[in-house]
Amino acid sequence: MSVATLDRRGFLQRSATLVFALKTGGLSILSLDAARAQSLAAAPRAIGPEELDTWISLDANGAVTAYFGKMDMGQGVDTAIAQVVAEELDVDVARVNVVMGDTHLTPNQGGASGSSGCRQGAIPLRNAAAEARRVLVARAADRLQVSSDELDVLDGKVFVRGAPERSVSYAELIEDGFATRLDWNGTYGNGLNVNGRATPKSPDQYRLVGTEVPRKDVPGKVTATTEYCHHVTLPNMLHARCIRPPVANAVPVSVDESSIAQFPDARVVRKDDFIAVVAESEWHAIKAARALKVTWSNTSAPFPPETRLFDYLRTAPAASDSSRGGFGGRAFDTAPILAAIESAARQVEAEYEVPFQSHARMAPSIGVAHVTNGEALIYSDTQKPHNTRDGIAKFLGLPPEKVRVVWKPGSGSYGRSDADEAAFEAALLSQLTGRPVRVQWMRHEGHAWDPKAPACVIRCKAGIDAENRIRGWYFQARGFSGWDVMFNAAEPRDTLVGQLTGFPKGDAHNFGVPGESYEFPESVQFWETVAPFLDRASPLRCSHMRAPQEPQVHFAHESFIDEVAAMIGADPIALRLQYLRDPREIAVLEAVAKLSNWETRSSPGAARDGAVLRGRGVAIATSFGGYVATVCEVEVERSTGRIWPRRFFVAHDCGLILNPRGLRGTIEGNIVQGMSRTLCEEVRFDTEMVRSEDWLSYPILDVKDAPEAIEIVTIDRPEEPAGGAGEPSHVTVPAAIANAVFDATGVRLRRLPLTAERMKAALG
Amino acid sequence: MPRYVLNVDGERQEVEADADQPLLYALRGELARKGPKFGCGLAQCGACTVIVDGNAVRSCILPLSAIAESAQIRTLDGLRGEHPVQQAFIAREAAQCGYCTNGWVMTLVAALERNPNLSDEELRETLTGLKCRCGTHMAILRAARQAANAMANAQEV
Ligand code: FES
Ligand code: FES
Repeated sequence: MSVATLDRRGFLQRSATLVFALKTGGLSILSLDAARAQSLAAAPRAIGPEELDTWISLDANGAVTAYFGKMDMGQGVDTAIAQVVAEELDVDVARVNVVMGDTHLTPNQGGASGSSGCRQGAIPLRNAAAEARRVLVARAADRLQVSSDELDVLDGKVFVRGAPERSVSYAELIEDGFATRLDWNGTYGNGLNVNGRATPKSPDQYRLVGTEVPRKDVPGKVTATTEYCHHVTLPNMLHARCIRPPVANAVPVSVDESSIAQFPDARVVRKDDFIAVVAESEWHAIKAARALKVTWSNTSAPFPPETRLFDYLRTAPAASDSSRGGFGGRAFDTAPILAAIESAARQVEAEYEVPFQSHARMAPSIGVAHVTNGEALIYSDTQKPHNTRDGIAKFLGLPPEKVRVVWKPGSGSYGRSDADEAAFEAALLSQLTGRPVRVQWMRHEGHAWDPKAPACVIRCKAGIDAENRIRGWYFQARGFSGWDVMFNAAEPRDTLVGQLTGFPKGDAHNFGVPGESYEFPESVQFWETVAPFLDRASPLRCSHMRAPQEPQVHFAHESFIDEVAAMIGADPIALRLQYLRDPREIAVLEAVAKLSNWETRSSPGAARDGAVLRGRGVAIATSFGGYVATVCEVEVERSTGRIWPRRFFVAHDCGLILNPRGLRGTIEGNIVQGMSRTLCEEVRFDTEMVRSEDWLSYPILDVKDAPEAIEIVTIDRPEEPAGGAGEPSHVTVPAAIANAVFDATGVRLRRLPLTAERMKAALG
Repeated sequence: MPRYVLNVDGERQEVEADADQPLLYALRGELARKGPKFGCGLAQCGACTVIVDGNAVRSCILPLSAIAESAQIRTLDGLRGEHPVQQAFIAREAAQCGYCTNGWVMTLVAALERNPNLSDEELRETLTGLKCRCGTHMAILRAARQAANAMANAQEV
């Protein structure tokens, strides 16, 4: 991350809101990148959204810096932002550097969330860049004594049309910045927007947006120059490792510090039920944490046996129920729809089960903190640094403007993973020790102690009339709350260390229903949540994981419509088309039929006696402004039960496409991670503890099981706003595979993951 | 604490550490390498892979005391962006978060320098066991193919 060295004198006076009165003298740590012993910004930055200078800066060499309040998780969002900014400013994209997710440098745009990087995050940047061009061109008009209409811009050079020798560069025009106000919609987070007087380009004027600009982040990652959060070290820093109880919910009774006496540089730091070991050397922190003897409380078995999970989900009282209204919905009665289904000529019914799944990030949680003199500087790979700042401020008892969270690239994070946990722990340990502290979770923590995707049971019923038409549709999801831990860390209670140090867990409820627009005469979709097993510091606490709850509910929904198709002998695509109304959903479904050369069929197929059974299935999803239809072609090995999705065909419409290549890579990642969740992933636990604690006990998709090909057709709709791509295709995968398995084998698997053992058992 | 002599990326280095300290912590620490990464510490993911005397090795479980003074250690940092495997990964954009990338690149470098004439099946066999949580598998396989072809062609010339 290099930061433009524009002199920002005067910004403090000009900005009306959210000015952080930073001390710039030697005492404050907040304006320093202590990791590199240099200034992060030449002067304090005002980050009020209504200042154009907040969003864009230019230096004397014409380098552009865009300040983006979201982050790239490895899908090239920063490249797309650079394209948008370069497009509006008419500069070469190579000139644009994007600074992401630093609470003292970037506005609070809500962080990485809901596939919103391009869908929402790009819009204020686009508007700000367009306004920046307008201001600079107006200055050039003054300088060149012409009207703005007579000027053009080429790579940051403003010139008189027809007389290019009369020109002036942006760098000569920038002076002290833009000093220009924007209209701000008063919102922070994903919905933050600003407008200037300039009208952004219309898509038909784009020359850069929509092209395959290479991703800016890839070379650094491949050549080992990218500085990850894991690389941050601060002078005089301690290494820490956390101590977790062997039984969930056990609390420390006593700690025997003499058990680590052989490591003179190590010591125990404890607050309430949170224990860590800190040491000068990282290896000693690890060894001392292993050696430390802690006596834990005897606690009764916190969990039911794993085999009782789905019974619990079926029978536990509802803690919340979306059909009772609330959550932005109206109350409704499910009885008439159930009656309509009962009175139809035929009924179809099915129940689907999805276990807990773990984020299991490639690297477990990391955080580096320096808390001193009433200030905190935090390095984290969190997805939502502004929320993390607020949460850490509350946790440490500091005002938020005294906390700076600097996002650094980390291992991929796809929701409310464990990312925030180590940042909070490092902050606490730094406060307690008075030294900078680096907390690195170990592998078992990353698997066993991260927030989980909620397990659920989903019930579906449909009534079919004598003409094989669907009369009534009932969909009920029952699961653990996806907001058991909130999707950001703005409150200490939503972190593990918070719950261990006196912040009682919240009581927020959310699950979800699918968003497809099938139009059935009578239909009801609702969700209920059940209470968690443990109300404190649970290794099975649930939160958002990629496309929160959607893989679960779409698995059920899109499997169930296939079950209906099978019952009435209809082609799965034809049946869907019969009930879809949204032209964009219809278009992707037709596109995937064409792409895959779909042969009209009723499932299961006829040939079911070979050693390898082959079949195809389809599923659709609409979410986050993206429309996706996916066909999967599977092979099922009869002797082993191995399911191999050999090919995927994906039709994808997310409106305006900013970078087709980035989009294709994102879709592939979605599909492969979706395969992993569908075929491999299940958090194992016993009555005492989570037992998925490494890659052996929580396998993910291996490269030798990757498909032969993922064929993608993207539908570009420049007239539509850019929609989300980080999640929608992911959501189609479980049902596409399960439907293909049914087509191949005649066996309907209704429980994820679709492991070889389950397949083999079902084949008999 | 004992001292160990390591030859890393062609340079002789001395580190002082416990005998049981895995190489990874020396590389990440005193030797300031950014390539090898901590992912599991259990030899299960490959994020920490380095090449020792031509073999891809998981440095998170390799104690310093088990490394011969004559051993030649290569890291991703030491490839300086010039290796055909790195060039193929950049060309194919075969990284999302990139945290796993070190493992794939170093495993391929070791395998392809030995024999670049690998079929698609053999490439998958070579890479099996490495983890990528982001699901970058397809791009990685394309990059592996491209790197193998480039290195095989270079051999023929
Ligand atoms: S960190 Fe060494 S194999 Fe995972
Ligand atoms: S690219 Fe993120 S783990 Fe592989």
